[in-house]
Amino acid sequence: MSKKTQDKHEVETTGHSWDGIEEYNNPLPRWWVWVFYATIVWGIWYTIAYPAWPMLKGATAGYLGFSTRADVAADIAAVEEQNAALTTELASIDLTTLADNAELHQFAINGGAAVFRANCSQCHGSGAAGAKGYPNLLDNDWLWGGSIEDIAFTVTHGIRNDQSGDARWVEMPAFGDILEEGEIDAVVNHVLSISGQEADATLAAAGETVFLDNCASCHGDAGEGNRDFGAPTLNDAIWLYGGDFDTLKETVTKARFGVMPAWSEEFRPGVGLTAAEINAVAAYVHQLGGGE
Amino acid sequence: MGILDRHKVLEKNATLLLIGSLAVVTIGGIVEIAPLFYLENTIEDVEGVRPYSPLELAGREIYIREGCYVCHSQMIRPMRDEVERYGHYSLAAESKYDHPFQWGSKRTGPDLARVGGRYSDEWHVDHLTDPQSVVPESVMPKYGFLSNAIIEPTYITDLMETHAIVGVPYTEEMIAEAQADFLVQVDPDGDYDALVERYPGAVVSNFDGQEAVTEMDALIAYLQMLGTLVDFSTFTPDASR
Repeated sequence: MSKKTQDKHEVETTGHSWDGIEEYNNPLPRWWVWVFYATIVWGIWYTIAYPAWPMLKGATAGYLGFSTRADVAADIAAVEEQNAALTTELASIDLTTLADNAELHQFAINGGAAVFRANCSQCHGSGAAGAKGYPNLLDNDWLWGGSIEDIAFTVTHGIRNDQSGDARWVEMPAFGDILEEGEIDAVVNHVLSISGQEADATLAAAGETVFLDNCASCHGDAGEGNRDFGAPTLNDAIWLYGGDFDTLKETVTKARFGVMPAWSEEFRPGVGLTAAEINAVAAYVHQLGGGE
Repeated sequence: MGILDRHKVLEKNATLLLIGSLAVVTIGGIVEIAPLFYLENTIEDVEGVRPYSPLELAGREIYIREGCYVCHSQMIRPMRDEVERYGHYSLAAESKYDHPFQWGSKRTGPDLARVGGRYSDEWHVDHLTDPQSVVPESVMPKYGFLSNAIIEPTYITDLMETHAIVGVPYTEEMIAEAQADFLVQVDPDGDYDALVERYPGAVVSNFDGQEAVTEMDALIAYLQMLGTLVDFSTFTPDASR
């Protein structure tokens, strides 16, 4: 650089002169010129190597045969290939024996945790503790069964959806259309008393008859619940929507039932889970604490 | 150096330079854009893609009005991590009736291109009303006011006619029945067969559980159909695209 500044006076000017200011005619740096030529060559090569020029029917495909779709398909296939031995076994295994195969079980739990975070956590919570109206999966209180096979079935078909014909489906009627308000107050008091909460003894006694006539066929005589109907246990302290008087009254009057989508790819192609993924997430949920 | 001398004419005449620049940019634009309209491998026809039903279209307007696209993209890119998380990568055909498209470019929230059928209607109501009640770590604002905003299909016919002008193939029958279709989609007890025939795969449900048709109904109707139209059990992507 310093040499150049010394030579300044020997450089020709362009001949332009504005108000006495003249313009030197320095050549471009050689490296810059060569990089410039190289980008032109690279640009031409690029349009030959990759899809580029529009023709009459389609664009030129490029001699490298690049395709985004083929790339992603190859990426997915490569990972599937790596895990093929484990996923094939997991997809068809008898779930009750999964825990005996330590390596496969660990693979299922780790994979299941990823499936859970991507697909289940939005309703059941990132820690699987659920939310109001969305069951907690950490405890041993199950609506439709807590064995690993029950869990896998629920994930596959879901609950009360139109996607799978085998979805678990029993709906509680809205008793506001069936019972008088006094009867509802009474039966709510009965439920308060069997769940160990403070209740009006007279109303609770009257409510027992109402309960036996209307509720016991699903929830059991003692309110112990029935998993065939997804009927929650009422004689414990675990509530899905809330166990206070007002919430229970609303539940009885209007009825409540949650909906869970069917997660198998059979019912939602392109989006749903594979058999191995379902078994994995079932194994993950099963070992969270409440599995039977 | 005759040609360089002639170039001086352009350099010394501002108007001529502007006209010349415009000509160059126009040629570049035509070469880059025009082929997209006739090349067979950029126009992929995919079975199942249909125009939005009137209620879905109204929900889509609310989606745009509330700026959902600012935080949510609707474009699953062809990469393994995206396909694993969101499902099959988006196809161009799936947004061919979008005016304007909602691909978006920023994901503060997750991609919504295949959110349809993924959650229950009730979850959408709970989540839109108070996102933190179901996803405590979420930073999404609350949209509970949608449940109180009753909407009527007053302008839906105009909206559909506008979309028809820009190329959405709404038939005369679709436009004539727009108001009825709009109302029947939130009425599972109603006679919705004609609606489902016109718009296969439309979800009929009382989305928000209220008697009136609200903006909440429309928005959830839209969300519940996103990405559900193409049957990926029969669709095989052409790898050359």
